[in-house]
Amino acid sequence: MTRLTRRRFLGSGLAIGCSAAASPLITPVALARAPGENRLVVIVLRGAMDGLDLLRPLGAPGFAALRPHIFDSAKPGHPLDGFHALHPDLAALKPLWDAGELAFIQAVSTPYRGKRSHFDGQDFLENGGYAPDGGLVAGRDGWLNRAIGLLPGADLRTAFSVGQESMLLMEGRAPVSSWTPEAQVALSAQARLLLETLYADDPVFADAARMAFDISDSTDRDTERQGAAALAAFAAEQLRGATRIAAFSIGGWDTHRGQNSVFRRALGELSAAIEALRTGLGPNWATTTVAAVTEFGRTVRENGSRGTDHGTGGTMLLAGGTLSAARVHGVWPGIGPSDLIDNRDLRPTDDMRRPLGWLLAGLYGIAPSAIERTVFPRLDLGSDPRIIA
Amino acid sequence: MAISVRTLAAIRYGYGFRPDQPPPADAEALLARLGGPVPRQLPAVPRIESLFSIFQQVRAANRAMLDGARSAEAQRKRARQALRAARAPLFARRLLAPLLSPDGFGERLVTFWADHFTVEARGAPLMSVAPHLIETAVRPNIAGRFSDMLFAVETHPAMLIYLNQNVSLGPNSPAARRSDRGLNENLAREILELHTLGVGAGYSQTDVRELAELLTGLTSDNKTGMKFLPNRAEPGTETVLGRVYGGDPAQLGDIAQVLDDLARHPDTARHIARKLAVHFVSDTPDERLVAHIAAAWQRSGGDLSAVYAATLEHPGAWAPTLSKARQPYDFMIATMRAFGLGSAANPARPQMLRRVGFILLRMGQKMMDPAGPNGWPEEAEAWITPQGLAGRMEAAREFSRMHAERLDPRAFLETALRDAASERLRFAVSAAEQKWEGLLLTLLSPEFNRR
Repeated sequence: MTRLTRRRFLGSGLAIGCSAAASPLITPVALARAPGENRLVVIVLRGAMDGLDLLRPLGAPGFAALRPHIFDSAKPGHPLDGFHALHPDLAALKPLWDAGELAFIQAVSTPYRGKRSHFDGQDFLENGGYAPDGGLVAGRDGWLNRAIGLLPGADLRTAFSVGQESMLLMEGRAPVSSWTPEAQVALSAQARLLLETLYADDPVFADAARMAFDISDSTDRDTERQGAAALAAFAAEQLRGATRIAAFSIGGWDTHRGQNSVFRRALGELSAAIEALRTGLGPNWATTTVAAVTEFGRTVRENGSRGTDHGTGGTMLLAGGTLSAARVHGVWPGIGPSDLIDNRDLRPTDDMRRPLGWLLAGLYGIAPSAIERTVFPRLDLGSDPRIIA
Repeated sequence: MAISVRTLAAIRYGYGFRPDQPPPADAEALLARLGGPVPRQLPAVPRIESLFSIFQQVRAANRAMLDGARSAEAQRKRARQALRAARAPLFARRLLAPLLSPDGFGERLVTFWADHFTVEARGAPLMSVAPHLIETAVRPNIAGRFSDMLFAVETHPAMLIYLNQNVSLGPNSPAARRSDRGLNENLAREILELHTLGVGAGYSQTDVRELAELLTGLTSDNKTGMKFLPNRAEPGTETVLGRVYGGDPAQLGDIAQVLDDLARHPDTARHIARKLAVHFVSDTPDERLVAHIAAAWQRSGGDLSAVYAATLEHPGAWAPTLSKARQPYDFMIATMRAFGLGSAANPARPQMLRRVGFILLRMGQKMMDPAGPNGWPEEAEAWITPQGLAGRMEAAREFSRMHAERLDPRAFLETALRDAASERLRFAVSAAEQKWEGLLLTLLSPEFNRR
């Protein structure tokens, strides 16, 4: 056990040495097989992101009239496919679209219906629940954790939950690391040495401390980046090494009033996070898929305070070098009065678990039957939407 | 190395030592202090009616906002201020009571039962009514009969809202005929699975449904809290675990009866005996200890004082190895106690309490907000993770730096751990380069983080 092997243990993925071997969660056998090169980043957009503002259905008759204050016809956004336009503040993402590295799925949702509660909706989104009345998959774990459990050779470093709040999405029986780049373990060399002595006979503490120091040492503390970009930069750093799956959250999407200013701030976070992932991953961006999901969409009509309220159908954003094409996937349900749910919400035309399931199948070779049995129980996967090439 | 009973009493069955408090000497002293008055510095618990009245103000303000009323902005600001002002003392109490109380065992039990009867303090109403449940349904009943605590908790508006009992209607009740809603089984299921018998016990889906039907009528309104509304109750009798309850007219007493029977059930005795042993003694407790506690439960019909006495009289309860990991909340309270915070010389300022809430979030234990109704995990491995330990390092550094000037690290070690401190720790503390690092080593030591 030398300092050299401990340093950059996580960042490089080269030095598997003592840290891994000492951890009760990792067996040497598991370390022999890595789950391939494909990388997946799931971003949970908390607060119900207004998909109709991010990806504007300009081709839909009556769209502008439904949103007299939110939508400014002088600034309709960046045209994409003749029907949709990207929010004007997302100029930074337009080059990704032009390069075939940005896609969307319109009018998707979880099966959650009815109360439109953020908390229930997020639990549903992260657990992969199936019943419309709030029934969660038994065990209260996350679908991404269940998927990790199916990866051959997955170990503690395969997946990272990033940020200080725990994410149900990543919780469960499969080993997952969690870290927040804000964590500070800065101790003097002497204090660290003394602490290691104190933990010598207590493997639970010894392993946790060793890994905390390893992560901290191997991460360049990025003081430039703030917020979601800092989380993304940390995730990218891990994904360059042995990590293949990462997840973090971006809040601030609950735009009940004064949507334009609130939404702009949240979009800035999302855009900066994607940019930090792309630059941080470098050549590995080619094997990366980013999926940004939200608990539900928002009302089609603007409300009385220049915002939108909790709705149903929403939009999923996808980015990365793995995508098959710059495309808006999914069926447009229309926004005429008879098209809406409860005369207010966009009607979902697909269950977001389906594209997510196919994504996992495509990236990691998980059998569709295993997706339907374990990752998203009671789901009929249907046919492959071919989001990735 | 044998650790004295006095030290184990303070750290295994309490929140650790305070420099200005004589610790309980032994099991008898722990039991004698149980259920005493709360420290007088604690802020008062608001009445449930005043919490509900504030929720109504918030709702009215939100409606006014949607209507675009001119005064709505100011109205909403006032309502939100009132909400924060009502919530603040409830959150402060969750930190101040264990920080200041000489009855550490009682405070640990409040936390144990609050976790057993988890209500996630998430979202506007639950953030205030969840701690209200802890103060008014759990705390007064920790040393009484389990049956009384069970009834108080299951009929508290926090539980009724959290587990959807407030929307449950008897399918054949008059209320259901005028509504598209029906039965909700959530509360009934968790009563059997989590609160009484335990998930492995011998009850069926039919028992869940029958109990859910028996519970109908029990609800929470938006003004005064718990209500029993017979027009929501399912007509007829219900059979739970082979015993027939209820009949017409439906009444709250029937619900009290089934809860009383569940409280005395042998499966409940075994389920909670094991939880007590796991929480206080070991992640993998001695089966003889569990059986001993369960026997006392059954003998006494769930008299909690008798149950605790049985726990503490068993030799397994005083095993000299510190095998449990302190949860982050326990760690933070013990840290503040070791520094003697909350005294006249070192007051516990609101700003500090907010900071502690933030640090707990970083360690993965947001106050009163676990991921589900099954509460926080118990195993050391769930808490002593890289991120969890990094959070402890951060907290330890912050508090050590704050108090380094006034404290000698060697004296602090004695205050915090007494004879639980190993020779190795004594050496490490004396070998630290700086005073604050000496304090920090005590706080991060296995001895201080286990109990």
